[in-house]
Amino acid sequence: MSELDLLAAVLAATLRAGTPLVLAALGELVTEKSGVLNLGVEGMMLMGAVAGFIAAAASGDLALGIAAALLAGMAMALLFGVLALTLQANQVATGLALSIFGTGLSAFLGRGYVDATLGGVTPLAIPGLAQVPLLGPVLFDQDILVYASVILLVAVHRFLARSRFGLVLRAAGESPDAAHALGYPVIRIRYCAVMFGGAMSGLAGAYLSLAYTPMWTENMSAGRGWIALALVVFATWKPLRVLLGAYIFGGVSILQLNIQGAGFAFPPDLLATLPYLATIVVLVLISRDVRRIRLNAPAALGKPFRPQT
Amino acid sequence: MMLPRLEQRAEAFWVARYLSPFLAAALALLCGGLLFASLGYDPLVAFHAFFIKPVSSLYGLGEVALKASPLLLCALGLAVGFRCKVWNIGAEGQFTTGAIAGGGLALAFPHGNGLWLLPAMILAGALGGMAWAAIPAFLRTRFNTSEILSSLMLSYVALLVLSYLVHGPWRDPAGFNFPQSRQFEDAALFPILFAGTRVNLSCALPFAALPAVWMLLERSFIGFQIKVAGLAPAAAAYAGFKETHLVWLSLLLGGAFAGIAGVDEVAGPIGQLLPNISPGYGFAAIIVAFLGRLHPLGILFASLLMALIYLGGESVQVSLGLPLAVAGVFQGMLLFFLLGCDVFVRYRLRFGPGAAAASSP
Repeated sequence: MSELDLLAAVLAATLRAGTPLVLAALGELVTEKSGVLNLGVEGMMLMGAVAGFIAAAASGDLALGIAAALLAGMAMALLFGVLALTLQANQVATGLALSIFGTGLSAFLGRGYVDATLGGVTPLAIPGLAQVPLLGPVLFDQDILVYASVILLVAVHRFLARSRFGLVLRAAGESPDAAHALGYPVIRIRYCAVMFGGAMSGLAGAYLSLAYTPMWTENMSAGRGWIALALVVFATWKPLRVLLGAYIFGGVSILQLNIQGAGFAFPPDLLATLPYLATIVVLVLISRDVRRIRLNAPAALGKPFRPQT
Repeated sequence: MMLPRLEQRAEAFWVARYLSPFLAAALALLCGGLLFASLGYDPLVAFHAFFIKPVSSLYGLGEVALKASPLLLCALGLAVGFRCKVWNIGAEGQFTTGAIAGGGLALAFPHGNGLWLLPAMILAGALGGMAWAAIPAFLRTRFNTSEILSSLMLSYVALLVLSYLVHGPWRDPAGFNFPQSRQFEDAALFPILFAGTRVNLSCALPFAALPAVWMLLERSFIGFQIKVAGLAPAAAAYAGFKETHLVWLSLLLGGAFAGIAGVDEVAGPIGQLLPNISPGYGFAAIIVAFLGRLHPLGILFASLLMALIYLGGESVQVSLGLPLAVAGVFQGMLLFFLLGCDVFVRYRLRFGPGAAAASSP
């Protein structure tokens, strides 16, 4: 393999490793923009992964698997919404409960599928562009979910920054009282944002169990849901920066695999700590600037809203 | 339409505050029964296997105590932080580093047979847990970094470090290449208290911690500061209570307790270091803390219930072939129902139209 081919392979793998993070972080970003902190990303991802795998394995249809993952993520998000939005429960506690519940339930549901195998989503080369040296295999010979993640990201960016509904959603997260006074249904808007977050987390899970490593293992998301939460902070709630952050993390995890593969005598367990340590480091670098966080974080993030009158 | 509405109460409804954990447990049981039924098991048979069989022997009761004690220790430490909204969710990692530190000491003194070894291991465990918890505390107080994410990330790191140690430098040379350390010597193991059970001296530790935490939370000035900081952060700041002090205190205390729990586990029922030393005690302790209303006595009862759920999960795995993950499902449901039931502490359910306009001032 030539050096160029190797580089292309590493970069392409980086993109794939970053894609579940792009999807999950994008969903959480929209949720947080509406003023809701959902710490249940890990649980929703695992439910998406297991539901997607079971549906795909049972029907042999990957599209059905993806649909099931979306629905599973949304069902979990609905549970969160009922507790945190309708019943006004503490969002931190509810999110933690969602993560614990999702971990348990996914392990329970997937018990019969641990050894099952699946074809998995295959790459879809874009004719013409895929033959460009370096860029072709990296950008245009990926599976459809990688393309979808980038398209969704741009769409969310446009939606939040340019559309009227995006403005209303941001208003619900910045000043729910003002939005309510203007006649916008804050709770309903937050429900929509939470459900979108659930769908995207479910999709991120499906990417893991149907494309990245087409199989189901207990706890297969391995903390990616939590890394996605950190990514939202890293991106200072700006969608386009999510992409950058997610691919940096993808790069770190691929680097770690490549160091192992290249036969360096470094213990694999210690190398595997890299993505988690990197998460802490970037969080520190971003959070230390208190003013930047305060300027960019949705003002009503994590605060329950109850319409008066 | 006669949609039920929630109406804010003038003051918190104390009956609901104490009733809702019981209601939540009952609802979780009901849903568990439905789950068993949907899997084709007779709910009564399954319930018997889950909740009655494990505790129908002296040995079983001992197992409850053995499982409840790490949960109780971890949850007591977490409750202090949760009261002032310091969300340490990395007890699992602090449990692990405590076990590494205490277990490391046991391995370092293979012929240590003095009475000093066990107390030194407990101390090492506490320090190990505190060191791990100090990182999120430092990052939060110095760099404004969310302790939720940093403490959780560090849990993954701690588990990987333990895995590295038992696969590498600490692996038992005579262990047929299994990833496990040497067995601890007798001097490094907690002595069994009751013959016929596995209950050991470490089960007494939470009972020393419980009154201490109660004193701290309910009868000390620090406890008052914690309460104010949790209920009204602005008032706490105005009164001059230092938030950074409370963050450090909660995390260090939580870390120390979780670390000691880790030592209890490896120097108790396990007796060596393994890659998996905890069936999620650190995470389950979060549920225990909430279920116990962040009150030491409540946490005692909640830890017993949670221990029973763990045991029940193992029991139905053996007798009915159900997966161990059933316990995780139960734990999650319990917390959901608790959070849902808590709504009645602050709100009342009203049917019919127009009441809001009539009753709100």
